[in-house]
Amino acid sequence: MSRFRTTRGGRIDRSRPVRFRFDGRDYEGFAGDTLAAALLASGVHLLGRSFKYHRPRGILAAGAEEPNALVTVVRDAARRTPNLRATQIEVYEGLVAESQNRWPSLALDVGAVNGLFAAFLPAGFYNKTFMWPRSAWHALYEPRIRAAAGLGVAPGLPDPDRYAQRYAHCDVLVVGAGPAGLAAAAGAASAGARVILCDEQHEFGGSLLAERGATIDAMAAADWIVAQHAALASNPRVTLLPRTTAFGYFPHNNVGLCERITDHLARPPAALPRERLWQVRAREVIFATGAIERPLVFPGNDRPGVMLASAARSYLNRYGVQVGSRAVVLAGSDAAYAAALDLAAGGVAIALIADVREPGRAQGPAATAARDAGLAVETSMTALGTSGRRRVSGVHLGRVGNDGSIRPAASLRCDVLLMSGGYTPSVHLHSQSRGKLEFDAAFGAFVPGTAAERTRCAGGVRATHTLGAALEDGAAAGVAAALAATGHAAAAHRYAARLPEARLEGTPGALPQPAGAVPPAKAFVDFQNDVTTRDLALARREGFESIEHIKRYTTTGMATDQGKTSGLNALGFVAAESERRIPEVGLTTYRMPYTPVTFGSFAGVARGELFDPLRKTPSHDWVVAQGGVFEDVGQWKRTRYFPLGGESLRAAVDRECLAVRQHVGMFDASTLGKIEVVGRDAATFLNRLYVNNWSTLAPGRARYGILLRDDGFVYDDGVVARLAEDRFHVTTTTGGAARVFGMMEDYIQTEWTDLSVWITSTTEQWAVIALQGPRARDVLAGLVSGVDLSPAALPHMAVAHGRICGVPMMLFRVSFSGELGFEINVPADYGAETWAAIHAAGQAHRITPYGTEAMHVLRAEKGYIIVGQDTDGTMTPDDAGVAWAIGKAKSDFVGKRGLARAALRRPDRKQLVGLATVDPGVVLEEGAQVVATPGQAVPLQMIGHVTSSYHSPVLGRSIALAAIVGGRARTGQTLYVPMPGADIPVQVTPPVFYDRDGARLNA
Amino acid sequence: MLIIDCPYCGPRPELEFAHGGQAHVVRPADPAAASDDDWLQYLYLRDNTRGVFAERWRHARGCGRFFNALRDTTTDQFLATYRAGEQPPAVPRDRP
Ligand SMILES: [Zn+2]
Repeated sequence: MSRFRTTRGGRIDRSRPVRFRFDGRDYEGFAGDTLAAALLASGVHLLGRSFKYHRPRGILAAGAEEPNALVTVVRDAARRTPNLRATQIEVYEGLVAESQNRWPSLALDVGAVNGLFAAFLPAGFYNKTFMWPRSAWHALYEPRIRAAAGLGVAPGLPDPDRYAQRYAHCDVLVVGAGPAGLAAAAGAASAGARVILCDEQHEFGGSLLAERGATIDAMAAADWIVAQHAALASNPRVTLLPRTTAFGYFPHNNVGLCERITDHLARPPAALPRERLWQVRAREVIFATGAIERPLVFPGNDRPGVMLASAARSYLNRYGVQVGSRAVVLAGSDAAYAAALDLAAGGVAIALIADVREPGRAQGPAATAARDAGLAVETSMTALGTSGRRRVSGVHLGRVGNDGSIRPAASLRCDVLLMSGGYTPSVHLHSQSRGKLEFDAAFGAFVPGTAAERTRCAGGVRATHTLGAALEDGAAAGVAAALAATGHAAAAHRYAARLPEARLEGTPGALPQPAGAVPPAKAFVDFQNDVTTRDLALARREGFESIEHIKRYTTTGMATDQGKTSGLNALGFVAAESERRIPEVGLTTYRMPYTPVTFGSFAGVARGELFDPLRKTPSHDWVVAQGGVFEDVGQWKRTRYFPLGGESLRAAVDRECLAVRQHVGMFDASTLGKIEVVGRDAATFLNRLYVNNWSTLAPGRARYGILLRDDGFVYDDGVVARLAEDRFHVTTTTGGAARVFGMMEDYIQTEWTDLSVWITSTTEQWAVIALQGPRARDVLAGLVSGVDLSPAALPHMAVAHGRICGVPMMLFRVSFSGELGFEINVPADYGAETWAAIHAAGQAHRITPYGTEAMHVLRAEKGYIIVGQDTDGTMTPDDAGVAWAIGKAKSDFVGKRGLARAALRRPDRKQLVGLATVDPGVVLEEGAQVVATPGQAVPLQMIGHVTSSYHSPVLGRSIALAAIVGGRARTGQTLYVPMPGADIPVQVTPPVFYDRDGARLNA
Repeated sequence: MLIIDCPYCGPRPELEFAHGGQAHVVRPADPAAASDDDWLQYLYLRDNTRGVFAERWRHARGCGRFFNALRDTTTDQFLATYRAGEQPPAVPRDRP
């Protein structure tokens, strides 16, 4: 039996002991314990060290709001989950947990560390450090601070667990299964609504789980929870989700839930996912999220053993754990009295209830009950400091006089110091939904105001004072939400509840300290981020007034805490310091997640191969078998090159290029975007859209098309073939396929509704095999039927239909290499076989498969542009050297009026030209800048940039394309490409480097 | 994630849609006759409304249709969706 475990009571299963390990030592707890409860039962209060100052920290709370007791749970090398709150970890047989941030060690005396680091870490130290010498920051300070300040360490191995995701719809989503949430779910279900009820804990009941003596409808609270749960569970229209955190609210009642499925199991079944992410879309949402007790702010309030009063009560009533032997209770609200009464009855000596309020405000029912029970109570008290090293051993109290003066009153021995500063409603989700917040001055906290979406709040989050009020509020919200969602009315159940009232209001801020005296220790406002009253005061002295600025400067309320325990105290302190009211100081935004969510649950199955859809071309498997190297082009896997026998990239590309120039190459061009444009007005449509004149294009012929935006800049390009009077086959760039299709739809649907035209994306319907090179016709001749391949019958830019190996084929005579070329289109399902057949037939002609790298070199040798590489969204057809394609007689096309703007007609625009390095062996960097004269001082006068640059094997030298100011007029000039160490001299040339008269193309 | 009511398909989640910018921007019938200033207005200048804004959406991963919507930019609530070419419906003065 652990020393601090009571002999009976609580909701733990004493028949099921579990053994677990914390920091290498074995402990025992019971099923139903949290790690925090089981450690406290063994007298362990020191659980970690703080973020910045490495102060020893213990357990402050009993739930999700715990800022200190963050631990790492270890299942194996890959399954290490850091930053879990010990107050939420369910113990299981064999659980292994480790403390975090325990440098240099968990038990080391605090003084040394504090002295060493305090000077480094004032408020805003992140910002201030940037003013240090940069070299020192990188070499000295940053590594040291990073090593010293921080939370848990992320696992270094891939996550082996599975995560599921699910979408769900319901009429009413209830967040929180405390008394109000249970009543709300029951109310909504009674009206026939489809209900989802979720709660972050493993059992429903919320605050009732820590109550003794409460009754509802003449049942003990524990029995009522069982009955309520059973009724909801038996209703097929109700989904119950325990261990499920509503971590974020997204617009239009989209709520993110994270369900933890196996983390509490000693041996998780392999069939189960670890977590499930629910994306719930609810017609109505009810936030029954309760309220969280606030710490009091005084020097030394962070020592292990200083704890929220409600937490001590929870550990006793729910887990059968005494948090200490002798307690001093600091009461900033009546809730402290309720805790003191329960602890006294549970065998903990109450040395004193030191009420920090004036006598008149310490008169609630709980206070009266405590006095009646004979507990010592003093009012108008304050805490001046605590003593102890790794655990609190005493508290120094002061008394506040009528004039506000403070004099020492007593130093009391204790091994636990309980505090209650009042309650803060958990308005996080309501606030995330952009619901208004109102400051309830009497309660001393922000409460939900007007909702912005179809949401409502119920129970403790609305600062209800009694159990009966919370139940009534929940029931009313439940039936109202059901009515709004479904139109079905029901009467709200009237609960008869009995529980001594404990008023939960308090006063946020810091306890008063003697004027002028230097406090003996830091008074923490934000335990997790180590933010003290001094930090907040410093931020104000340095000119930060807005709470949003103070938050960022001091980091208060950031990280996983999100202000749960710290937010209102920070506001209260700043308000008092600046003599403003809390609502005047403002409120920082609540961010999701409420508590941290694993990346795994967000990723779900979208990992590895399933991370993004993968698009494979028909030749894919063949290329894999050949050892080809792929590159990602959008979602496509394209073959980059085919190395033979350990060839380098350069050697393979040189070989592939020369093969195309000398014999024949084959290339998988299936990724090209393909759109079929059909209808009576198909030609008119393309005339209005593209710069070209399509009226003069005969069926069976193709033309290079250019598409602009209406601003006159090049948007896409591609070969367009007229298959029939009313039918065009439009090709686009690989990356532009979807957006060109969208642009066409836009004009058809919204601008030119007078046209009779339809478009269909056929990108994936056709496999496209480019056959390029002087022997291309020879390869094809033995395979095709029904097509006359002769130059007269099928000249450059002609299209024919026929068969290849018996497969229906659309054959384009086109070239993106400058050689005699064909593009063989077959239905995609025949692509792989056709590819293999061409490759086999081509062996006699030394056919060579080539990849995108060689394709780029070949087209650059011919000066063929790639939209998006040689153009950048600010280039006109003239800039890119393709103005010849514009149909001059057309009165309008998309971009024509844009091109007429003065700025687009200036002679000093950047124009695409060729660059030949004076040293033919030098290959320029793509993206490099170009200048007119060498040796310029910074800033250089840049006149352009390199857009494409390769080694050309057929020319035996490097080639480049570049966009140069007034470039064409500079042909023959020597320019310079400044690079580290040297300015590289280059000569401006026409952009076509090979076969300028096109003899090979027309062979 | 917003719920958007496609006039052709009904309410669907936002991820099925693509935003298409301000609605009712008409391409000049005779662009050649448009002044530089007119063309500037048409190409680049858009309202940045705080409140009810008429905007284009395309049900890109659904029916593919373009349509228009009235959305309150301060609350992200849709007041109406309607087909391209239709005039925006009147917004009730006492809207939520
Ligand atoms: Zn639709």
